[in-house]
Amino acid sequence: MTNPVRAIGQVSLRLLAEMGRMAIFLGSSVFWAVVPPYKVRRILKQIHFVGVKSGLVILLTAAFTGMVLGLQGYYTLRKFGSDALLGPAVALALIRELGPVLSALMVTGRAGSAIAAEIGIMRITEQIDALSAMALNPMKYLVVPQVVAGLVAVPLLTAIFDVVGIYGGYLVGVELLGLSSGTYFGEMRTAVDMKDINGGFVKSVIFGVLVTWICSYKGYTTGYGAEGVSKATTEAVVLSSVLVLVADYVLTSFLL
Amino acid sequence: MIEVRDLYKAFDGQQVLRGVSLTISQGRITAIIGRSGTGKSVLLKHLIRLLRPDRGQVLVDGVDVVPLRGRALDRVRAKFGVLFQGGALFDSLTVFENVAFPLREKTPLPEPEVAHRVGERLEAVGLADMGHKFPAEISGGMRKRVALARALVTDPQIVLFDEPTTGLDPIMLNAIHHLIADTQRRFGFTGVVVSHDVPDVFEIAHQVAMLHEGTIVAAGPPDQMLRSDDPRVHQFITGRAEGPIRPS
Repeated sequence: MTNPVRAIGQVSLRLLAEMGRMAIFLGSSVFWAVVPPYKVRRILKQIHFVGVKSGLVILLTAAFTGMVLGLQGYYTLRKFGSDALLGPAVALALIRELGPVLSALMVTGRAGSAIAAEIGIMRITEQIDALSAMALNPMKYLVVPQVVAGLVAVPLLTAIFDVVGIYGGYLVGVELLGLSSGTYFGEMRTAVDMKDINGGFVKSVIFGVLVTWICSYKGYTTGYGAEGVSKATTEAVVLSSVLVLVADYVLTSFLL
Repeated sequence: MIEVRDLYKAFDGQQVLRGVSLTISQGRITAIIGRSGTGKSVLLKHLIRLLRPDRGQVLVDGVDVVPLRGRALDRVRAKFGVLFQGGALFDSLTVFENVAFPLREKTPLPEPEVAHRVGERLEAVGLADMGHKFPAEISGGMRKRVALARALVTDPQIVLFDEPTTGLDPIMLNAIHHLIADTQRRFGFTGVVVSHDVPDVFEIAHQVAMLHEGTIVAAGPPDQMLRSDDPRVHQFITGRAEGPIRPS
């Protein structure tokens, strides 16, 4: 009779311990990010990897998201005679929600999995031990550049996402379906204000740190062998994606 | 000099080290032999505090490294050079950059001096013209030699070799052993070699210690070990399947 209770207890304790370790990991990476010396070249290289190299996938995702929002939005709003509000509908959906969330999810899939795999492989081939043995700080070399890259690149990618998405909505709504461009952008200018943009920005910053933190952590604490790396990469992507969506709800409830 | 006192270490409930005590003499090469999976690499990692024991002490030049952290630990680690089992070269750097790495990161040496030292070391391991290649582009034996060059480039006082010859052909094995012995004679570092390549490793070791089931069961000069009456030592050195050690 006590076995199910014991099992639940053990799982809960293990989960709590894991959460604690992850929090310590984040605290440690923030600490080593602000304490000199700074590995500037490595940080820039990672910003390039996370940001620039995710550019194409962000452009494609944003374009089609904007276009489908335009399409769906137009026909739905027309039922209420409100198709003139397509501009604000597309813009607010993107700026407040879809821009930050989808950018974070795309970065997770592209850069996050690569980060977890690379750091995981370094762990199992003892490269991280080699750094420690040389009295060098693996956090500074491996983790800090990732987290700073997430902090800088993801908000910028989100901004690009928003712009491209709005243009995608314009292509469908105005060019394809005949809405006037003055209406599209005019209504948008009225309905969207800085509060929406700031909210989207805050979300993207938090998501950026979240994704790179979790993916680095999972890589850093990989278990043994190829199976360990594979497991770590999968868990990194799944956990990052789920936490982005959970955090999105929590942040939205505070921001609205 | 390194002294290990009564070291205990368990992983996930499995006791790997059960009271290991060992003295590693200064300026000599000590070989730690034993079956695969007995914990030789685990023991080696304790010497540089990459692992923390459950109980026991590891004294490096009289200082117990077990409770050390931060700068104090860095100061101790700076005395060491380590050759890891697979080489542990950094994949994203070339051979040259890998060997130069400890000098660039830990010393104020100017770039021409770094290039000179790296060139010297690569030449010593027979890889003078491989500097531009990446670790993935060279063979396993070459990677080990690059790792050896990297371990020695800062002229450390203590060098740890984790299975430096495992998986290499007999010619390469001999070459690596001679490289270790020659470099040790030239620079006089304290060497600890973990190996199960017996009796080949006896040719370069001044002291041999056998780790079996978590403790040091025998230790002494190579010729004493070869003549040992202990059936476990005898079985391991001769590589017989029958004896007190069960092949598991």
